[in-house]
Amino acid sequence: MSLALIAALPFLGALLPGLLIRSGRNACALATGTVTALALLMLGLHAPAVLSGEVIHTRIEWMPALGLNANFFLDGLGLLFAGLILGIGLLIILYARFYLSSRDPMGQFYTYLLLFQGAMVGIVLSDNILLLLVFWELTSLSSFLLIGYWKHLPEGRQGARMALAVTGTGGLAMIAGMLILGQIAGSYDLSVILQSREAIQASDWYLPALVLILLGCFTKSAQFPFHFWLPHAMAAPTPVSAYLHSATMVKAGLFLMARMWPVLAGTPEWFYLVATTGLVTMVVAAKIALFKDDLKALLAFSTVSHLGLVTMLLGFGTKAAAIAAIFHIINHATFKAALFMCAGIVDHETHTRDLKRLGGLRRLMPVTFALSTIAALSMAGVPPLNGFLSKEMMLEEVAHTAWAGQVWLMPAFATLGALFSVAYSLRFIAHGFLGPVRKDYPSKPHDPPFGMWAAPAVLVLLLVAIGLAPMPVAGWLVDAAAGATTGGLVHAHISHWHGLTPALWMSVAAIGGGLILLSAHRPLMRAWLATPRPEAKRLFDGVLEPLATAARGVTQGLHDGALSRYFAIATVAVVTAGAAAFLTGSHQGGTRAPTPVDLVPVVGWFLLIAATVALVLRHHDRFLSLVFVGVVGLIVSMGFAYLSAPDLALTQILVEVATVILLLLALNFLPKRTPAETGLARRLRDGAIACAAGLGSGGLIYLLMTRNAAFPSIADYHLANAKTGGGGTNVVNVILVDFRGFDTFGEITVLGIAALVIFALTETVLRAGPANDRLLGWSQRHRQAGDRHPLMFVVATRMVLPIALMVGIYIFLRGHNLPGGGFIAGLVVAVAALMQYMASGFGWTSARKRVEYHALIAVGVLIAAAAGVGSWFAGRPFLTSAYGYVTLPPLEKFELATAMVFDIGVFLTVLGAVMLALASISRIAVRAGERVSATPYDVDLPGDGYGDR
Amino acid sequence: MNHWLVAPIVLPAILAPLMVLWMRHDLPLQRVVSVAGTVLLCAVAGGLLAMSADTPPEVYRLGNWPAPFGIVLVLDRLAALMVALTAFLALMVLLYVIGTGWDRRGHHFHPLFQFQLMGLCGAFLTGDAFNLFVFFEVLLIASYGLMIHGGGRTRLRAGVQYVAFNLLGSTLFLFGLATIYGVTGTLNMADLGVKVATLPESEAALVRVAGVILLAVFAIKGALVPFQFWLPGTYAAAPGPVAALFAVMTKVGAYAVIRVFGLVFPTDTPATGGLYSDLLLPAALVTLVLGAVGVLGAASLGRMVAFAAIASMGTLFVAISGFRPDATAAALYYLLHSTLATAVLFLIADLVQARRGGDGLAARRPPIAQEGLIASLFFAGAIALAGMPPLSGFVGKLQILDAFRGPSMVWVWAVILGSSLVMILGFSRAGSLLFWRSHETLTEPDPIAPSPLAFVAVGGLLAALVALTLAGGPVSAHLRDIAAELHDRAPYIRANILPESQP
Repeated sequence: MSLALIAALPFLGALLPGLLIRSGRNACALATGTVTALALLMLGLHAPAVLSGEVIHTRIEWMPALGLNANFFLDGLGLLFAGLILGIGLLIILYARFYLSSRDPMGQFYTYLLLFQGAMVGIVLSDNILLLLVFWELTSLSSFLLIGYWKHLPEGRQGARMALAVTGTGGLAMIAGMLILGQIAGSYDLSVILQSREAIQASDWYLPALVLILLGCFTKSAQFPFHFWLPHAMAAPTPVSAYLHSATMVKAGLFLMARMWPVLAGTPEWFYLVATTGLVTMVVAAKIALFKDDLKALLAFSTVSHLGLVTMLLGFGTKAAAIAAIFHIINHATFKAALFMCAGIVDHETHTRDLKRLGGLRRLMPVTFALSTIAALSMAGVPPLNGFLSKEMMLEEVAHTAWAGQVWLMPAFATLGALFSVAYSLRFIAHGFLGPVRKDYPSKPHDPPFGMWAAPAVLVLLLVAIGLAPMPVAGWLVDAAAGATTGGLVHAHISHWHGLTPALWMSVAAIGGGLILLSAHRPLMRAWLATPRPEAKRLFDGVLEPLATAARGVTQGLHDGALSRYFAIATVAVVTAGAAAFLTGSHQGGTRAPTPVDLVPVVGWFLLIAATVALVLRHHDRFLSLVFVGVVGLIVSMGFAYLSAPDLALTQILVEVATVILLLLALNFLPKRTPAETGLARRLRDGAIACAAGLGSGGLIYLLMTRNAAFPSIADYHLANAKTGGGGTNVVNVILVDFRGFDTFGEITVLGIAALVIFALTETVLRAGPANDRLLGWSQRHRQAGDRHPLMFVVATRMVLPIALMVGIYIFLRGHNLPGGGFIAGLVVAVAALMQYMASGFGWTSARKRVEYHALIAVGVLIAAAAGVGSWFAGRPFLTSAYGYVTLPPLEKFELATAMVFDIGVFLTVLGAVMLALASISRIAVRAGERVSATPYDVDLPGDGYGDR
Repeated sequence: MNHWLVAPIVLPAILAPLMVLWMRHDLPLQRVVSVAGTVLLCAVAGGLLAMSADTPPEVYRLGNWPAPFGIVLVLDRLAALMVALTAFLALMVLLYVIGTGWDRRGHHFHPLFQFQLMGLCGAFLTGDAFNLFVFFEVLLIASYGLMIHGGGRTRLRAGVQYVAFNLLGSTLFLFGLATIYGVTGTLNMADLGVKVATLPESEAALVRVAGVILLAVFAIKGALVPFQFWLPGTYAAAPGPVAALFAVMTKVGAYAVIRVFGLVFPTDTPATGGLYSDLLLPAALVTLVLGAVGVLGAASLGRMVAFAAIASMGTLFVAISGFRPDATAAALYYLLHSTLATAVLFLIADLVQARRGGDGLAARRPPIAQEGLIASLFFAGAIALAGMPPLSGFVGKLQILDAFRGPSMVWVWAVILGSSLVMILGFSRAGSLLFWRSHETLTEPDPIAPSPLAFVAVGGLLAALVALTLAGGPVSAHLRDIAAELHDRAPYIRANILPESQP
């Protein structure tokens, strides 16, 4: 449990600074420091056991089926890294307290820092590679926040995004690599994977996994050619640079290579990929560092170079090289973090980091000068400091490593790298602190308060101590960590003097050459500036910006609202896929005999075709289109009637009437003609697609109509049980209200909703806004009938009304046994009421309306639901019907079915929905200036308010 | 017969007309009833979830007619899960709507909202293919009403596209149902499963076509390429909370594919074989790519989240296309995740838009009110939807990657991981433009009326994501049971008690 707690502590503690900043900056920093110190303390408690060779495990089951578990383990390597992360973290927290100004939101800073710290500790303690991936990506995310901490700086924002893009890419590659690795090993637990060296290296998937994992490591550790993000991340506040970009995050890649060393290293692939990348990075970055004037940029490239060095050592795959790598990791963390903090102090005090504007700080900032000098000398590899020790070990390893058979190649380049390293380290001191005091510093420099230089001082003390007495101060840690890395017992021998070895001569050459380079810096710099070189940011932007623009072009272009293109693509897709599916399956024609062709259907068929063709040809004329649509609808109704489906025919014809009337009213507010928008080519294309779809659906229907179902249809059951089970002889109605009453319940709900939506939409349109303005300014450009409400029409509809109601009731009542039912009855009554509106206008008719249409719909749905719920009380499921026979004296015996209650609901909903739609359209008409008449017909009566608006 | 099965449909179906009838003009009362109803729905859904966990699928015969002749509802673990997800999401969205006063901007929000819930629950519970169509219609019309709630030119125009494209889906649905009914003579899904499996060879071609048409219908609902066109405009133009609710509507499409194709067209069906898997996988991969590219290229926050929703549907369909128990389990986990994550990001986008007074990413605006809080919420939401750790998106993607080994592995892995990267780039760009660049100007943010309830809703959804991550183990175990039950098919079919031979 305690290992998990160490990793969890920073995450939990991340809440504290955000809250405690309200108690002041000191409380905030103190809380953050306490959290880190606590974690460090817990780690320290485990140290003795780990150093004695024990490995501590904590296992918490998380997602066992996937193999993702919160398993942690602590060995020497983990101890070293966790110690570095927490120890340097503590120093950074102290330093940041004094570095950040009062304008910076400190609570946020510490929160992000702790999140990052937790993620890092998580990486180094994970015993499960999936868990490790979780923490790995978390470091990318939290560092994104830290780099972009100064939100107002564009460089910070861009640097943050670049870092996230590069390390994110690597992280995703690593996910793939790790999954492959886990699948080879059969477990995602590191302890298991570390035992599976043979299986992994023998697998066909070894190389892909290796490359993918290395991609993750190289991007994180800023190895060439992914090194470019690191200098841009320097836009972050200096504590971030010191912590993330020197001591910890960039070392995560190194850590992982060391962690995977036992299973992945030792093959030629590993050597050539890792060692070569490391070598190239070391030399290239060191050279660039020499020509950077910005203190932090110089340090950034120097960091890249040193990371390359360690990578190269890990790439050698030998035990001695691994020891050197581990030792250099420790040393680099000490001197580079100290140097970053010193650079931050210089920046803080002088308000510049530009070496061209610095110099002469030796006398003004003696403490900073002393600390910087010692750290820089260590970085240069000058004896007796610790940097010298690990550099010697590196050169020693390089001296007897051949690259593709060339013995000279590695030593030569390594010496070159070391030479650049000496040069830039000395330049840091010479151009920053030595020389005459200047008069033009942006701010008058002096040493910072103790709190600010305390942290680098601790590190400098440490690096001197390691340099003077390497074995007692650091030897035990190197042993433990290197032992864990290589998977065996290790006894490092670190000393200053190995005799007159090649390494010594290479060291001497590096220092001598470095001094010469530094003295010739001015002309070299001119040459450097004169030569063209790839600018990472421009390249990055050059790739990303066009990508984003292209992405915008493609997605916006595809989704620009061109409905006809959407339909074209979708139709082509369905038709193609359908045809392909049909042609690849086995098929046999149907056995059903066709019915003989009579005259009536032939005429109907021609009418249907003619109306459709006419519609296509004349669709620009909206009114005419509606007429043709009406023709189509009527023929379909006739078709139903002809094919002995009177219920359908009745429904269809009434629906046609109601919708055509409503559409006619709506057409009033649309242009009479639609604009011609499409060219001939588009029309031909769309025509071809439409024909294909039409032929496809026609063919499908033909195939279905000429065959019987492969199994007996459920319709047989409905026919057999309509009377006995449903109590009705009209099977269609029994299906609607009983067998599939639930469908009907859903459909009347749809109708009701549709009416509510029309109402809501109308209300929206009628609110103040452009649509409303258009309506208010509506001019009746078209000729209108002189008599809006003709007397004959009014009288006729009045007479029709009671008859229609009667018919409606009749149709409703007979519905269960003969064609009819609630739906049709609702439509009949609705059409009768529609006629009243048409005859006498909205105002007059509404005034005589007793029931709100909303209420009709609501009550209709509620009655239908109540009919369903009622059956619960009889212990039956929703919508179970019952029927019985009743005798009321004057009448004959008749049947009553509960389905009738349901049908009343259907009736009311249909009526309400049609009427609400009409009322909504009428409201639009009124807004558009239609006169509201209070009289039933337009005759001049004294004082009737005729002509009033 | 257990009447609780039908309660998730009947409850909103009664509340909605009641609101229309008695409280049409009383918004506070509507709010009370709507919230109470949704809380009740949550309770019922929770009960059903618990009930389904350790019992075999249960059938509710509507009208007391036996399957396959009448309509049945079937409560299995999957249906219970989807209903519970819907209920929870609905409650959060409703709180947000009330907190931000969205329901004041037009008429009938609450009744339409309840009708929408009725449609969703019905679609998840029904065991009848035609009844599924009916609930698709309920869904469609109610969602159209919600989508254009509040009005405005852009919204109404997008609404036309939405409803028109989905009516194409409804038409196709009828074609598909007619075809499969014409071939098998039945509409009950379990019965279809039995009959399609034993179909004579002469009928194979037609039933294959029926499957393709149905797949297209569900693809329209699920915004699968090439049927995704309606989504970006609709989601970007819809009111934020409505778009959040729609996160579960695209899942209806995914659910329908899992249900219908798992039950009726499993990959070992002689007539259809791996046809649908072969169609689904490439389409899903393209969907994922398109969504990710859209996230990178989006010019407005709303569209960005909409494209992220498309990408998440792509990921989901990739997993579904496996049609294997492990892939289905991964798909279900991702389904839960992506519903919550998409919803929360739409809510956050709405918070941002309300404060920025606009949708464009590139517009220079001063820092918004409550920026720190909203920025952190956005960060969390973006992490979730892009599939970065530590939230459930990452775990979900790992499960999907883990489930795909073999020939399709390279493509699936490359597309899923690559699109994650593109989405990360897109989200980081947007976050930087919205919350960082604003600090270049030093004006004070415009004050805005505080809406704690809105933050409760957002927090609730994020908390659910965290819970989904932390309880990944037990949740996955349950989802694996569901997947096993689905691929077994027998329990579902048995529950329908189909007659041996028909009269």
